[in-house]
Amino acid sequence: MQAEPVITLSKARLVMGQRMILRDVTAVIERGGPTVLLGPNGCGKTSLLKAMMGLVSLTSGTVDRHVGRASFVLQKPVMLRRSVYDNLAFARQTAGLPHSESVMTDLLNDFSLTHLAHAPARRLSGGEQQRLAIARALAREPALLFLDEPTASLDVAQTRLVEDLIARISARGVKIILSTHDLGQAKRIADDVLFLVEGQLAEQAPMASFFHAARSSQARAFLAGELVSIDGEKP
Amino acid sequence: MDATSAFSLILERDPALFAIVGLSLWVSLSATLLAGALGAGLGSAVALTRFPGRQGVVVVLNALMGLPPVVVGLLVYLALSRSGPLGQFGILFTPTAMIIAQTILIVPIIAALTRQVMEDLWGEYADELNAMGVTPWRRMRVLLWDARFSLVTILLAGFGRAAAEVGAVMIVGGNIDGFTRVMTTTIALETSKGNLPLAMGLGVILLTIVVAVNSLAWAVRAWAERHAG
Ligand SMILES: Nc1ncnc2c1ncn2[C@@H]1O[C@H](COP(=O)(O)OP(=O)(O)OP(=O)(O)O)[C@@H](O)[C@H]1O
Ligand SMILES: [Mg+2]
Repeated sequence: MQAEPVITLSKARLVMGQRMILRDVTAVIERGGPTVLLGPNGCGKTSLLKAMMGLVSLTSGTVDRHVGRASFVLQKPVMLRRSVYDNLAFARQTAGLPHSESVMTDLLNDFSLTHLAHAPARRLSGGEQQRLAIARALAREPALLFLDEPTASLDVAQTRLVEDLIARISARGVKIILSTHDLGQAKRIADDVLFLVEGQLAEQAPMASFFHAARSSQARAFLAGELVSIDGEKP
Repeated sequence: MDATSAFSLILERDPALFAIVGLSLWVSLSATLLAGALGAGLGSAVALTRFPGRQGVVVVLNALMGLPPVVVGLLVYLALSRSGPLGQFGILFTPTAMIIAQTILIVPIIAALTRQVMEDLWGEYADELNAMGVTPWRRMRVLLWDARFSLVTILLAGFGRAAAEVGAVMIVGGNIDGFTRVMTTTIALETSKGNLPLAMGLGVILLTIVVAVNSLAWAVRAWAERHAG
């Protein structure tokens, strides 16, 4: 099958104040399994995801999306002051989609939220809110789904649950681009990996080769659990 | 003795007393609705837009929350008097003038509080609504809807302030018997004349209304916290 680009980044640069947050990132992300954005805290994962979603505008360079509707699950999702059900219904409405009782029922079911449908969304636990955030993103029937550290605040069981959901969504043909600093998670769900260090794309590789034959010294250091910086030396 | 006659006025549904209460409610409720529309619109607009001098507008709105009613009364009086710019309408010393004065008095309160509420909520929602690609127009509707319980309490605060003030309605209404006398102006007048039963009867009713409005505000808040989160 011919590789089909979903996102093309060309010398994407983002400067905020005095800081260069993305350093001329050039990459093509293709259709297929989940693409994982990996890197230490503060390396620019959130910024790159937001740039790809069009939520921040680049200082220079370009980002092109080649697929239809995209949804974004924020690192810290915010629930509207409404019921679980109404949060889902609202998200669907923002995508211009007609209300569908069966879609709602399925979403609530898939994410084990049926018993909470009429509870105020903000009253949900962290794990429940995280599931709702993903369900809400799916209510928009996206072709592309950005997930910014979707399991950062979850325990092991909840993390596995969300990872299973991600696998199922991906299997349905939704392209997933997900950020994490959790190596284990990247290994479990990634199809390919974009490894970011201080705003620079240090490596892009299929999952297996990233973990077993990383080319960059930064990637090897990160995999070994060491601190990394862009000049390849330990800071 | 005074207290008993005050209560008997209420219990006997003294028509003069009820006319006064009725006019008070009419004037203050109308002013609250008008000020609600103007103030909530103004407050939302300031909260959701960025323009040069915006910070100044916010400061002025906040300062105007403490407008002295007599000053508002005086300004409206000057505008509506025969020689004033709006003199030709001949509405000075009518309930309409009183509604205008109370509206002006509480617009800044409603606008300033709405601005705060809307800005806080937008701060929370901004990233999420932007990610969903919500248009500015819909953004406004979402925020107004999700802030509706706070907005109701703001309206009730405005109503409380309008119903309790005496300076503005006294000046622009003229406290004309059977025409522009409201609870507060009647209490002031009757007390000075020594007619305490009527003053106390009205005082009790006014107090009851204010307590009821505050209880309602509290109940709305409690309900909202339970059901909307
Ligand atoms: N609006 C901003 N102004 C200035 N600096 C910013 C801004 N937003 C982010 N940054 C900085 O950009 C860098 C990258 O931030 P970003 O949130 O993209 O990192 P991240 O990889 O998602 O981190 P984490 O793993 O902690 O979520 C950080 O050093 C951050 O402090
Ligand atoms: Mg982040």
